[in-house]
Amino acid sequence: MGEMEQLRKEAESLKDQITAARKAVADATLPDTVSSTAVVGRVQLKTRKTLRGHLAKIYAMHWATDAKLCVSASQDGKLIVWDTLTTNKVNAIPLKSSWVMTCAYAPSGNMVACGGLDNMCSIYNLKGKDGNVKVMRELAAHTGYLSCCRFLSDSEIITSSGDCTCLLWDIETGTQKTTFAGHLGDCMSLAVPGDFKTFVSGACDFTAKLWDIRDSNCTHTFSGHESDVNAIAFFPNGNAVITGSDDATCKLFDLRSDQELITYQDSSIMCGVTSIAPSLSGRLILAGYDDFNVNIWDSLKAERVGVLAGHDNRVSCIGVSTDGMACCTGSWDSFLPSFSFKGQDNVMRLCKQNKQQYL
Amino acid sequence: MSNNSANSSSLVMAQRSVKQLRLEASVRRIKVSQAAADLKSFCLQNAHKDPLLMGVPSSDNPFRPPKSCSLF
Repeated sequence: MGEMEQLRKEAESLKDQITAARKAVADATLPDTVSSTAVVGRVQLKTRKTLRGHLAKIYAMHWATDAKLCVSASQDGKLIVWDTLTTNKVNAIPLKSSWVMTCAYAPSGNMVACGGLDNMCSIYNLKGKDGNVKVMRELAAHTGYLSCCRFLSDSEIITSSGDCTCLLWDIETGTQKTTFAGHLGDCMSLAVPGDFKTFVSGACDFTAKLWDIRDSNCTHTFSGHESDVNAIAFFPNGNAVITGSDDATCKLFDLRSDQELITYQDSSIMCGVTSIAPSLSGRLILAGYDDFNVNIWDSLKAERVGVLAGHDNRVSCIGVSTDGMACCTGSWDSFLPSFSFKGQDNVMRLCKQNKQQYL
Repeated sequence: MSNNSANSSSLVMAQRSVKQLRLEASVRRIKVSQAAADLKSFCLQNAHKDPLLMGVPSSDNPFRPPKSCSLF
């Protein structure tokens, strides 16, 4: 009993220490720093392409690094690789389990991965000798649903799960190399920065965590959200993360000063954030919400500068291409059995800034 | 018996929690003024290359449908 009490006291004292250390470096605020910077003008993005083909809820999408191809996952049990310029389907991969929740494109373009309620991460080789796309590996070890996955390379992938952990896998051997444990709730999302040395995760314990991939330590825990963190992304300079939560806000947490710098919220927004992506410079943050819209935020001034309407349904996923040219959104049909095979409501739309339109 | 194992697993969890907090408490932190300034300058310096922010002329837009096709 004595030791428990001691540990409890030490934990409280350490939490106070962290709070004090964060306060000690808080010599300024982001709003003050950008007080003389003008808000960006109204952003209007035009729908340029509509990718039709999925027959049920689109749960996830991920751009390839070539900024032309992307992969999407739908609960119609298919993974589709799209050529976004022609809108052609390059591959339509039937899945063993249709309960898919996430998908990812390998940086090399050689593989895609997906997973969901089957608790597994399935890796598919797109460049097989005979041209057929086959399952290469089935990574099984999680005891909960697969919420997100991201390749580090053709030989390593990180997964996040409803079992509250993230795992680093060796794809060659199909085994787990490292376990990242610490979240107290389902892990909902993860993001990897350009240097592949760390990653961040958002979870149902209302926090975001930064992890060192090699030594498996969680080095930073960011609190502040008042509900599940559903979406997370790195700010393009790698020094900050942006999160989206069921508390209807997005937040920017700075990694080097170890604290929240700003919250993106509006009293008129009362529904959860499902997805988030920064533009190339980080100045714009595109966030998908449960009210079917995508709100575009000026990341520095924390003002809403645009809305992407046009989906009839809940936006489930969003991604900005690696060259920053386009953003792609996937939507989630409100399930009406008589119209379940309508098709056209289950679309992904590509939006591209048109210079004339913008002015 | 079960009470003991419950106690010892709570103890292990508490020890892990303290170890984790010690690690998080020990990280180096930079001043927010520097962090905020760096964010601002990154955004401003890269604004001109951000197509969603600046827009691109239709001729450079790979997603815009071509105006006309010629067959020779």
